[in-house]
Amino acid sequence: MKRRSFPGGTHPPQHKSATADTPSEICPLPPELVIPLAQHVGAPAVACVNAGQRVGRGQVVGKPNGFVSVPVHASTSGLVVAVESRPHPCGAELPAVILQPDGDDVWAEEYLTQSFHVLTTETMLERIREAGVVGMGGAAFPTHVKLDPPHGKTIDTAIVNAVECEPWVTADRRVLLEQRDKVLTGLEVLQKISGARQMWIGLEDNQTDVAALLAPHCKQRGVGIAIMPAKYPQGAERQIIYAITGRRVPTRGLPMDVGVLVQNVGTVAALTDAVTRARPLIERMVTISGPDVARPRNLRVRIGTPVAHLLKHCGLREEAAKVLLGGPMMGTAQHTLAVPVLRGTSGVLAFRRQDITAPAVGSCLRCGRCVAACPMHLLPTFIADYARRDALDLAERFAARNCIECGSCSFVCPAGIPLVQSIRYAKGAILARRRST
Amino acid sequence: MEFSKPLLTVSPSPHLHSGMTTSGMMGTVILALLPACFVAVYLFGLPALQVLLICVFSAAAMEVLWQKATGRRVTVTDGSAAVTGLLVAFNLPPSSPWWLALLGALLAIVVGKQVFGGLGHNPFNPALVSRIVLLVSFPTIMTHWSAPQPGRFFADAVTAATPLSEMQTTVTLTGSLPQNATGFPTGYLLGNMAGCLGEVSALALLFGALFLLWRRVISWHIPVSYLGTVIILSSLFWVIDPSRYPNPVFHLLSGGLMLGAFYMATDLVTSPLTGRGMLLYGCGCGLFTVLIRLFGSYPEGVAFSILLMNAATPLIDRYLVPRPFGMSRTGGLP
Repeated sequence: MKRRSFPGGTHPPQHKSATADTPSEICPLPPELVIPLAQHVGAPAVACVNAGQRVGRGQVVGKPNGFVSVPVHASTSGLVVAVESRPHPCGAELPAVILQPDGDDVWAEEYLTQSFHVLTTETMLERIREAGVVGMGGAAFPTHVKLDPPHGKTIDTAIVNAVECEPWVTADRRVLLEQRDKVLTGLEVLQKISGARQMWIGLEDNQTDVAALLAPHCKQRGVGIAIMPAKYPQGAERQIIYAITGRRVPTRGLPMDVGVLVQNVGTVAALTDAVTRARPLIERMVTISGPDVARPRNLRVRIGTPVAHLLKHCGLREEAAKVLLGGPMMGTAQHTLAVPVLRGTSGVLAFRRQDITAPAVGSCLRCGRCVAACPMHLLPTFIADYARRDALDLAERFAARNCIECGSCSFVCPAGIPLVQSIRYAKGAILARRRST
Repeated sequence: MEFSKPLLTVSPSPHLHSGMTTSGMMGTVILALLPACFVAVYLFGLPALQVLLICVFSAAAMEVLWQKATGRRVTVTDGSAAVTGLLVAFNLPPSSPWWLALLGALLAIVVGKQVFGGLGHNPFNPALVSRIVLLVSFPTIMTHWSAPQPGRFFADAVTAATPLSEMQTTVTLTGSLPQNATGFPTGYLLGNMAGCLGEVSALALLFGALFLLWRRVISWHIPVSYLGTVIILSSLFWVIDPSRYPNPVFHLLSGGLMLGAFYMATDLVTSPLTGRGMLLYGCGCGLFTVLIRLFGSYPEGVAFSILLMNAATPLIDRYLVPRPFGMSRTGGLP
């Protein structure tokens, strides 16, 4: 076991105890599933079913559109009632397949379990893509693309990211505890496909109980367990790579440029289903928590389940004033509870009115807390200041585009200045300007 | 489009805040300064209390008046004016007349801070600006020190010299150190010397500084590099000629160094942003402090050296930009 970290970062309150040790439950099917065609980075899938059509569980309802794209599947058997635009967690209304479950929940095809050892890399990659596996930590990048680096790039280290540095969220922890064998098989699949010589599972030091349970199995398979101090954003790709391997992913580069592959725990478990049983990714672990949730817990949720259904199932103390998908540091606030759970949704958090006090905005004290907290070693207060004045050249010179938008700077700012929000604006404006010229 | 009811709050991430606010930080600084306040009143009696009260309340009042007069939002509740007032008092002789304390607070708030645009925009430490303006305007009153009289709150002040001015006078007259500067003056630790109201007890100041470090209001960089530079430089001179130059312990405890290193040089607004910048800044403060004390025409150099380095802060921030994570050495920033 190793114990290293990255310079910078912050310590938000963890709030994990609410759900960490409660076994997950299966979430009952909602009356209606909303399955967006855009659930991943890259081109959205194209609907291949029509209203009035009956579909089986796991049937493809949206075909991929290009290499960086994956299919979308029916999360249960039922009737397609519409293909139309619906509220999407990103804030817009985007095309989705609306599915009315028939309650039978029967698979469209019967799949035989098969050892992955007999499969070629190509077959495995094809199955992973067909299953619609994407990064389940939040980014939702298609996994088959990540696993298939362009010619000349070799992977020597694969890391399973079980660092859940977002407060409240414990979905990865429950996956590790409840689906350990799937994760371990997924690790072997990962190793076979990537050819990595070194394998690591990265955990924060608030998960030592999980580490102890995993240790014998990992030792047997030659997989290292890296324990890192609980610090935000330890789970960010560049930060976990640095902590475990000491390598720095270059500014405009990718982990594969330093020979590393990082996959979220949930993704690794999904790999097993995809490769050994050709089963698509139609269900995931979601933490339903936050101060407004009466019975916080982890649920195994079908993709497309509306947030309203989950919150009703777990109960609200009072009318929610703010609902987030993902964690409180990087998650997105929703304007309606009609939005569905996507493949990349790790948590649904509900807050009451009194929980969402924001500090009053004052002048920058030049205290340097944002500078000390920035995991990318930027000067957030400078960049945000340039962004507010639309001085994009200066913002770019101070490496605004390196910002990973973790929000540590805004979290620590005593003057309550919306730092990362301004930097985000600068990043967008810099890119827009680049495109237009 | 139909809106879901009731309306949900939507805002960009992050959705959490650490809870440490500007007023929280200022409150922490005030708490950290309290032990030194108690020591000052214990040693110098009611005159010291009078100076403290006048400075704090007139600084706060000046801030309100100025912001009202200029049509700005009144921000006195953030506590920064009170901190400035306290630090002005700490930099005055304990038996200063009431008008000097009032003028000091006024100078700090108006000339030191508000004319630049208020909190966060002043280039120089307001309390030190005030101290230096008073020192050159009223040199006699500003160097009229009283001896500490522990626990005798109503006693008449007894005039005394500060260890540093005594050292300077004696060295100028005789070419060698006075008696008090040759040993290791541990008595100064508790404040048993003449000096500015808040600077005398290194122990009380250290106690508060540990609190500030623990609450992470200040970082270790500036105090360590400042005190470290003073210790190294003064040791060098002391080794060269112990009869002419005082030892490092004397330097540490005899003047305003503790107050300067932990509370004045670490002023958030006027010190650099990055760790490396703070180290350089602290070294500069230490260098100038020793040079002014040993070779300057003023006996004490802490205030001047911090102001000098305040002036260098924008430059330090400009040229010591940290290399972004993942960027190569040549990968070019400004």
